[in-house]
Amino acid sequence: MRRLTLRSAFIALAAVLVMVAAPAWALDAAQARAIAVGDGDARIAALQDAVARADPGLATFAQALLDDSVKTTATGVFIVHDDKAVDAVTGQPARLPDDAEDVSNNNRMRGALQTALSGLRLVSPELATRRAAVDDLTKGDADPALLPVIAKAIARETDAGLKSRLERLKAAAQIAAPDRAQRLQAIQLLSNSGEPTVRALLQSRLAPDAETDLELRAALAHAVTQVDGRLAWGERLGVLFTGISLGSILLLVALGLAITYGLMGVINMAHGELMMIGAYTTWGVQNLFRHFAPGLFDAYILLAVPASFVVSAAVGAILERGVIRFLYGRPLETLLATWGISLVLMQGVRSLFGAQNVEVENPSWMSGGIAVTSNLVLPYNRLAIIAFAALVLLATWALISRTRLGLFVRGVTQNRRMASCTGINTTRIDTLAFALGAGIAGMAGCALSQVGNVGPDLGQSYIVDSFMVVVLGGVGQLAGTVLAALGLGLMNKMLEGIAGAVLAKIFVLIFIVVFIQKRPQGLFALKGRSAES
Amino acid sequence: MTPAAPVQLLPESRRGLLLGVRGWSAVIGVLAVIAVLIPLLNLAVPAGNPLHLGDYGVALVAKIMCYAICALAMDLIWGYTGILSLGHGLYFALGGYAMGMYLMRQIGHDGNYRSDLPDFMVFLDWKAMPWTWAGSASFVFQMILVVAVPAVVSGVFGWFAFRSRIKGVYFSIITQALTFAGMLLFFRNETGFGGNNGFTDFKRILGISIAAPSTRMVLFVLTGLTLVAFYLLARAIVNSKYGRVLQAIRDAESRVMFTGYDPLKYKLSIWVLSAVMCGIAGALYVPQVGIINPSEMSPAASIEMAIWAAVGGRGTLVGPIVGAFFVNGAKSWFTQAFPEFWLYFLGALFIAVTLFLPRGIMGIKDRLKKEKGVEVKA
Repeated sequence: MRRLTLRSAFIALAAVLVMVAAPAWALDAAQARAIAVGDGDARIAALQDAVARADPGLATFAQALLDDSVKTTATGVFIVHDDKAVDAVTGQPARLPDDAEDVSNNNRMRGALQTALSGLRLVSPELATRRAAVDDLTKGDADPALLPVIAKAIARETDAGLKSRLERLKAAAQIAAPDRAQRLQAIQLLSNSGEPTVRALLQSRLAPDAETDLELRAALAHAVTQVDGRLAWGERLGVLFTGISLGSILLLVALGLAITYGLMGVINMAHGELMMIGAYTTWGVQNLFRHFAPGLFDAYILLAVPASFVVSAAVGAILERGVIRFLYGRPLETLLATWGISLVLMQGVRSLFGAQNVEVENPSWMSGGIAVTSNLVLPYNRLAIIAFAALVLLATWALISRTRLGLFVRGVTQNRRMASCTGINTTRIDTLAFALGAGIAGMAGCALSQVGNVGPDLGQSYIVDSFMVVVLGGVGQLAGTVLAALGLGLMNKMLEGIAGAVLAKIFVLIFIVVFIQKRPQGLFALKGRSAES
Repeated sequence: MTPAAPVQLLPESRRGLLLGVRGWSAVIGVLAVIAVLIPLLNLAVPAGNPLHLGDYGVALVAKIMCYAICALAMDLIWGYTGILSLGHGLYFALGGYAMGMYLMRQIGHDGNYRSDLPDFMVFLDWKAMPWTWAGSASFVFQMILVVAVPAVVSGVFGWFAFRSRIKGVYFSIITQALTFAGMLLFFRNETGFGGNNGFTDFKRILGISIAAPSTRMVLFVLTGLTLVAFYLLARAIVNSKYGRVLQAIRDAESRVMFTGYDPLKYKLSIWVLSAVMCGIAGALYVPQVGIINPSEMSPAASIEMAIWAAVGGRGTLVGPIVGAFFVNGAKSWFTQAFPEFWLYFLGALFIAVTLFLPRGIMGIKDRLKKEKGVEVKA
């Protein structure tokens, strides 16, 4: 008994669900049949005809066709989901006749169905849906068959930005129209655009067999140059932006080194691993938030930054106390010892967390970006890192030049004995300065976790770059580090456009080697009479 | 700066002989082991016999002897001249690639694609060999390249670097950048040296099967003889006046300059010599190990060379060879028995040697000797 009631309840529920899912139906039987059965061309024509009238209910039907869940009989058309048939015309549940046959669609039909679905979404009441549909259609080739529905959408559209994009879409669909005046109008409209896809479209019309009218060909060529002019700006700005973005990452990575190497003269080959520890700390904080406070997930980064600073600084302090302080004044030995430390740290992380990369998810506000022009989008995470690098730089500068600790550090750097004579506890300053450098490396790792992979090898890939920045910038000066980081970032990205990523990197390295010949002390050398050894 | 080993010179009367009686006996003993004992144990003693030395053991020792040549080269520039290179892997790989090109050509028509071109070129759909491969069919020409390419690359780099008096850590970092750039360059398929797969699947050398036990043994003996020859050469250098200037440069370069010597000539010549030694080591390494790829140029590989020299003892000539055997022996044991712990061990070795054993294993020996000496006196 009980089973029976459950079962009947379930059936009732399913029926309700079907009713709810079914929208207002206005597809007539003849149309549905024409779309579902017959010769391919005729089916597509019928489909386009229905799209032009933007029949409600067509979307469900087209989707069902795409899903291969439509069956036909001699008289009826049915949509079948999970053995439950629905009449495609009325939308009411129906019993599926035994002689129902599957409708099969070839690729051409599928393409037409996809376009039809996008076209239908153009007239959706939801702004977001319409916008997504315009995005979809702008990506592909504009289908002249969609002209009626696009026109309808333009007439209905209230959002100004979307309306102008629709106009452009219409022009793109019209550019191959048989009517010359329409084509000319389309070309003129499209020449105002600055989008790479429009350029490709115009270019394709310049092919020998595409546009034959000489006057129109001239108009097309003119339009291409106009679009190119706009695109070139976007590209130039894009290179500039990616260059600055890379420069800001290099700056973050090298700032810590500028302190440990530039100020203290310690070659810390484990610098990259301190960054890796910062990145893993970020990962850990992220996991804690996900587990204990999923609601505050977007704010985890606020805690991750100080946490990565503290953890890396603590590791740095331990290293300084345990190993590096015995090696002051012996830079080559320090280099080898810190290399050993980096191996141990890397293997340690591998043992603890596995050799695979771990996944650090951006806070949601960091995904997406600002579209400045059609071919230039500034991602929020990159912008955030540029701002973060500037902040860290400012804080470091203030700490070194405006605080008592900074004064002590500079004093010890310039003359250790004299500083000691004036009562500065030099060993404590050494530890603090090294921990500061390590902590900055940790924050750099936190920033890197937002744009790249986090794995045990994270530090290795940056170690050569970061040393190059410090060597190029010259020791003992933050200004040199900043200039070198931005300069190398920009140079790398500009060369990348010309020669490709690998050759660009090689050129940059060779440039540094040659540059150091000319100025062995880097961009900014400390002036003074400090004699070499 | 660097804790220098005291300059030990033989008495005037014996200087022409390079080594003392015990030294020469040791060299002859080593030669006998390499050229007679190991070939006998490997080829003549049957496989079941407990005295039989397996192919694996022979290959391992051969590989380590190649590394020992590199360690010796590192010692000449670091231990005796005070220049730490973090980029000698580049020269090792360049020598290896020069040899590898010849071995690739020796595969001839027997590659997977049955083409006259090396397989990777067929794979990249190249129709002809690039100009860099022009002489690769000739053994003599490629052997000249084994020496010439590292010599030219190191010569040009060294001339610029030493002329502008880049030294110390700056120099080390720049050498690291150079080998890193080389690695990136060789990783590219378009560079024409097999991209990240490098060269492998060698079949023949000088028309003889490369896998045959006798070929392997000839290569092994050749490597051993080269090592001993380089050791004697290094000994001669170190004992000569030239070698003493090198050590003076290590200890106080400015003073050497002020007394009228030009450090550039000395530093450049020893720098090029050490690069060539690494190149030759690479050329011996490739046919025996059977592969060369750009990872030999990674900064990590070059730093490892420094640790071989440091573990054995810088500023002694036997030390680097001992160090190469110790570190690589430990590596092959660890990576089989406890692969997880190899990096811990290597890292700890770096730290321990720099902190507690600035003069390496040879330093322990001296220390023990000294303690004994004190006891005897007391």
